[in-house]
Amino acid sequence: MSLKIVVLAKQVPDTRNVGPDAMTPEGTVNRAALPAIFNPEDMNALEQALLLKDQDPATQVRIVTMGPPRATEIIREGLYRGTDGGVLLTDRAFAGADTLATSYALATAIRKMGLPDIVIGGRQAIDGDTAQVGPQVAQKLGYNQVTYVTSIDKVEDGKITVTRHIDGGVERVEAPLPILLTVNGDAAPCRPQNAKLVMKYKRAMTPIERPAEGELPYAEEYERKPYLNITQWSVADVEGDVTQCGLSGSPTKVKNVENIAFKAKESKTLTASDKDVESLVKELLAEKIIG
Amino acid sequence: MNNVFVYIEIEGTKVQEVSQELLTKGRKLADELGVQLHAVVAGTGIKGAVESQILPYGVDKLFVFDGDGLFPYTSKPHTDILVNLFKREEPQICLMGATVIGRDLGPRVSSSLTSGLTADCTQLEIGDYEDKRAGKVYKNLLYQIRPAFGGNIVATIVNPDHRPQMATVRSGVMKAEVLDAQYQGEVVYENVADFVPAEDYVVKVIERHVEAAKHNLKGAPIVVAGGYGVGSKENFDLLFDLATLLHGEVGASRAAVDAGFCDHDRQIGQTGVTVHPKVYIACGISGQIQHIAGMQDSKIIISINSDPDAPINKIADYVITGTVEDVVPKLIKYYKSNSK
Repeated sequence: MSLKIVVLAKQVPDTRNVGPDAMTPEGTVNRAALPAIFNPEDMNALEQALLLKDQDPATQVRIVTMGPPRATEIIREGLYRGTDGGVLLTDRAFAGADTLATSYALATAIRKMGLPDIVIGGRQAIDGDTAQVGPQVAQKLGYNQVTYVTSIDKVEDGKITVTRHIDGGVERVEAPLPILLTVNGDAAPCRPQNAKLVMKYKRAMTPIERPAEGELPYAEEYERKPYLNITQWSVADVEGDVTQCGLSGSPTKVKNVENIAFKAKESKTLTASDKDVESLVKELLAEKIIG
Repeated sequence: MNNVFVYIEIEGTKVQEVSQELLTKGRKLADELGVQLHAVVAGTGIKGAVESQILPYGVDKLFVFDGDGLFPYTSKPHTDILVNLFKREEPQICLMGATVIGRDLGPRVSSSLTSGLTADCTQLEIGDYEDKRAGKVYKNLLYQIRPAFGGNIVATIVNPDHRPQMATVRSGVMKAEVLDAQYQGEVVYENVADFVPAEDYVVKVIERHVEAAKHNLKGAPIVVAGGYGVGSKENFDLLFDLATLLHGEVGASRAAVDAGFCDHDRQIGQTGVTVHPKVYIACGISGQIQHIAGMQDSKIIISINSDPDAPINKIADYVITGTVEDVVPKLIKYYKSNSK
């Protein structure tokens, strides 16, 4: 059974490798100092979608991502691994969105793409760790949802069976299509880029990435090869309600942000010498801290 | 109207600790706001079995939904219950555990009600908020405080205009305390069919395995925790040796879990377990805020790190500058030779 699948993916700053220059002296986040990556759990979700496409090449896998122009990279990364394309949602009106406004924008785009059988995304993004956008998109589309999925076991007769992680255990769940799934980081890792696909799609671009008229090398190539044109939508393109997008569509407001200063303690510094370690153990034992 | 609600999570007929922790916090918030604490629980065969595990935490009113198909948890029926109940009761605050269930349910409910939700809060307070642009002051909002951006900053989030103000909190972050074993709360048994349409029971749990926790990291008096600096899964065995000797438990930082050195269920920090041990031995942990948020209340902190400038050293009582492979075996050796 060929399926229509939409993958939710996000380009995120790599918060796992934060250097000392990640924060500006004013205490704001220095985004420029952090490399932008494909959100790791969205990669796991992409793999689940591609596995279904492996079973039936007629299955269509498309990515939708919201972000600045450079987030087109996420769609190219998908193309390099075998997706059928994707949509970049980009507009100043989307900026400053909390999870609710983000889910509104994504749901609106998914409707315009044509409601799929499966919407699948990572459990959470590493820059927010909220795990909220998936279920919120499901609610907005009126889809059932299964979160924390570790594998898709089968899809047949309009039903999907998945294995998911729960607190202290695992569950197997059967649900009718259409469905929204969020995928855990312990699901199968994503396949690497395919060299042939990289060659084919390396010049794929969204309109916003294109240099001004006349400066675009290989201009005629984009007419000859329509697959090099990545779809880009604004709020108007998806007929979105601006008041539900971005900052104005976000019920949560950031009251303030602080660089946290923990109460520094006066610490006793020791070396790794036998003498120092033994005296520490003796001290802890004597004060009945251990033992 | 305007009360504080806690969603009670259950396994069978057992109320989960995280819910009792939230009831304790919810009671304090309700007192501060001068409103009631309400709770809602949904399951199968729970009538008569769960009330006594909930009311003593100071619950003024408990809404019980007992019906087939409400346990094991699936998203839609529980969402229907909360959404319809909240439309009727109009709470100002709703708290739930940042568990697999809470993180599945919370966002779906918030999306239905268009109310703001903040995940994994580490502190909840009541305070005022001034919207300078709109020239408006909001009294007594819920401050939802959480580390953000990979734990590099701490943000205070508010929901000025939408109700309920929703927040999830990890297990162990708040402390559960019975208010009064005889607390006289009202119990309301609702008719589930009035809240959940029959067609919403379509997701079926066909197999389920839940194991009792393999360890008691949350309540351990001594925690030996390893970070990326431990270097390998094999080196983590040294930490297990030390923990066994000290009658403690092994924990890990997210970096160590991500690197595959240690199981996910031992992760300490904002997105893992919060611990309050007597002694915390941090081995090769640099000390990102997200991690520190999960262990800062430890009484004594010992940091073993080859980097003398590791951020965690600032909050440590003892800093041993050295590698884990070198120092941990020495700790084991000298504990053995001195403890008898």
